Amino acid sequence: MLTRIVAWFAAPAQWSSSTGIPARLAEHLGYTALAVLVAAVIAVPIGAWIGHTGRGRLVVVGIANGLRSLPELGVLVLFVLLIGLGLLPVVLALMLLAIPPLLAGTYSGVAGVDPAAVDAARGMGMTERQILLEVELPNALPLIVAGLRTATLQVVATATIAAYVSLGGLGRYIVDGQAQRDFAQMAGGAILVAVLAIVLELALQALGRAVAPGRPGDRAARRVAAFLAARGSDRSSDPDRSSGPDPSSGPDVVPVPAPSGRTAP
Amino acid sequence: MRLFGEDILPLAAEHVVLAVVPVLIGLVISLVLGWWAWRVPAVRRVLVPLTGVLYTIPSLALFVVMPLILGTRILDPLNVAAALVLYAVALLVRTVVDGLDEVPDDVMTAAVAMGYRPGGLLVGVQLPLAVPVLIGGLRVATVSSFSLVAVGAIIGQGALGALFTQGFERFYTAQIVFGLVSIVVLALIFDALWVLVGRLLAPWTRAARGPGRSAAEDDATVGARV
Amino acid sequence: MATICAHKRVAHLSASVRPVIEFRDVGKAYPDGTVALRSLSLTAREGQITVLVGPSGCGKTTTLRMVNRMVDPTSGQVLLDGADVGGRDPAALRRGIGYVIQNAGLFPHRTVLDNVATVPVLLGRSRREARTTAAELLERVGLDPRVGSRYPAQLSGGQQQRVGVARALAGDAPVLLMDEPFSAVDPVVRADLQDELLRLQSDLGRTILFVTHDIDEAIRLGDMVAVLRVGGTLAQFAHPAELLSSPADDFVAEFVGRDRGYRRLQFLGAGELTLTDLPTGPDDGEGGWVLVLDDDRRPVTWRHDGQDVAVGSLYRADGGSLRGALDAALSSPSGRGVAVDGDGRLLGGIDAEAVIALLHRSSDPAGAAR
Repeated sequence: MLTRIVAWFAAPAQWSSSTGIPARLAEHLGYTALAVLVAAVIAVPIGAWIGHTGRGRLVVVGIANGLRSLPELGVLVLFVLLIGLGLLPVVLALMLLAIPPLLAGTYSGVAGVDPAAVDAARGMGMTERQILLEVELPNALPLIVAGLRTATLQVVATATIAAYVSLGGLGRYIVDGQAQRDFAQMAGGAILVAVLAIVLELALQALGRAVAPGRPGDRAARRVAAFLAARGSDRSSDPDRSSGPDPSSGPDVVPVPAPSGRTAP
Repeated sequence: MRLFGEDILPLAAEHVVLAVVPVLIGLVISLVLGWWAWRVPAVRRVLVPLTGVLYTIPSLALFVVMPLILGTRILDPLNVAAALVLYAVALLVRTVVDGLDEVPDDVMTAAVAMGYRPGGLLVGVQLPLAVPVLIGGLRVATVSSFSLVAVGAIIGQGALGALFTQGFERFYTAQIVFGLVSIVVLALIFDALWVLVGRLLAPWTRAARGPGRSAAEDDATVGARV
Repeated sequence: MATICAHKRVAHLSASVRPVIEFRDVGKAYPDGTVALRSLSLTAREGQITVLVGPSGCGKTTTLRMVNRMVDPTSGQVLLDGADVGGRDPAALRRGIGYVIQNAGLFPHRTVLDNVATVPVLLGRSRREARTTAAELLERVGLDPRVGSRYPAQLSGGQQQRVGVARALAGDAPVLLMDEPFSAVDPVVRADLQDELLRLQSDLGRTILFVTHDIDEAIRLGDMVAVLRVGGTLAQFAHPAELLSSPADDFVAEFVGRDRGYRRLQFLGAGELTLTDLPTGPDDGEGGWVLVLDDDRRPVTWRHDGQDVAVGSLYRADGGSLRGALDAALSSPSGRGVAVDGDGRLLGGIDAEAVIALLHRSSDPAGAAR
């Protein structure tokens, strides 16, 4: 079995023809990028607006929770039947799945910015627009990227299913293999999709770390933090900042002994 | 009851069993693995990222490679069930670790100082306090499990998901809509059941709901998978 | 408002009281090289409140936790009733020692009553019996027994702390460990809780080891106070009055604080204080101030030019301290303090000069400590 899968990967046609692995991979990434991009253009501004104004919170939670129980396969085939075969129904269906995580991530990121930081920004004379762009969105970035990650992985997975409705992408190998009773092809496709998903996950995780607050060069956040420090507040948007001296902290306090017997066998 | 040429009730029952049983099995496995990871930092450093990666693998891919791992036949329903157990574990190990982390240090210190031994501490203090977090994870796992079962229809093992594949082949929109509605309704029924179980097991959370708890639950339920 | 006298039991006789907790050259070093405690020797005696006080990082909590083996020493021994705790099963040992911590550490998932019943149940008593004990204890710590059916999150911080104390008492443990138990509540509630603890202690007479970073709390509660310095060495171990009157070194003097001379007054009896006569009749009117009394000769108000002015703090002569007497004089609108007897009846007036004079006469601290 394994040798057949290896042989499937090794076939020269796999790496050159228009139905070969590079072509299928490009298709798969193309659908994914298109759907996530459209979803982000729609969801990020709406999420930011709701997070900034605090209006419509229940709508976000309702949409996010309602959509997550929709079976993707059903949504996909329904759109294809309603619109007809082609790229449009697939991208629409994928976009629909990408919106909730992006919306929720942006909303909770913006809404979760330390109110003291927003207050300070307002006190320094920033306009609402400046507050959103220079303070709230930069601080919300980690959660927006987390939403982007969830959305991307969901779309990559669902794009696999898109092969079932006659589109390309890596799912082709699974669906065609199934139809031709060619297990090597199915398994090969499955491995490719899994590897793609894992690579994207790791890449987006790295992106998430790169945009974490406290990074150098974030002028607005630094300005607000400096203002807060000057004001003597111990709350700031930066979680790494310690929250002032605590009489109970320091080497005097020993961590809770976990029942592993670390301190008391 | 026959609809769209299918005997719906057995199909629905199959869908429920295929969606719920793996989550319950996954819960048991996760409690053991999660507790282990919580106790041993080295295990946590390996297990938690590993389950995160496992969770990203698209379901269709996992269904297809299961025979390679299990040695089952390609059309064995066990493939879908086993893949769903893996997803449940991938999600719930993290949940169990988070739930155990959630127990306040003060409470742990007090419990240890009063003379709890590890077993009593887990059953009497840690797990009861982790219930709200566990329920949050179980809700996500269960709802996405209902959706994942349907994907199995592409490889011929999808219970109610068959309504999608057949409806698509016959260009029959009503059948697809019926399938969508019935899966969503079943998922929401079990979602509500978990909420109910949570209320029964954790009455104190309603007595005084900690600030931010509901928001955290909302956020936790956003990340579904396909 | 009557001045509350700090009640202190005989402490300078402590050497004759049975030792309950003994630290013998105890040290604690962590694998990373941090030394929490260098070498500490200390004895807590039966029925006394022994306070460990010191700045952050002085090892006081570490010391406390060695008693119930939440931390094991890396050198030396901790003895409980003469036996090394190192040989005891930690869980069984802990069930016999009450423990109260800063945020009470109540179980959020259990009702107040079941929280208090925890240790009796762990000790194998029936749940019903344990709950009966728990209900009694709630009353004992000054809580309405009806709060028993609530969850901890429904209580105020002060109430939670009382529940924490009740829970620590529930196992009938002769030894209580208290780790900054009142630090997280506001000053008014803290004072209430401190009074409550002293009242409970006069009933129960437990051996209490108490950790705090607040020197005022240490002086208020302690029969004996151990001042630790950073790095875990004992700077001074003494009765609170002695700590205030003769600090062992600059560190202790600094830690005890600037107004230690004033605070020391609370340990000095005012028995020989000379009282003056106060104008009480409409004819007296000396300087315009008249103290109005009721039919039982209890002070009601000062009257000045036909205006009533509140009396200020009264000084209760039975068992009052010089601090109370001086405060009565300083807080009186007329400039003269009002001394009353145990029933609140007027005894006479207090001049601040008389307090100072008495202070000069009793400048020998050992003789003045009660």
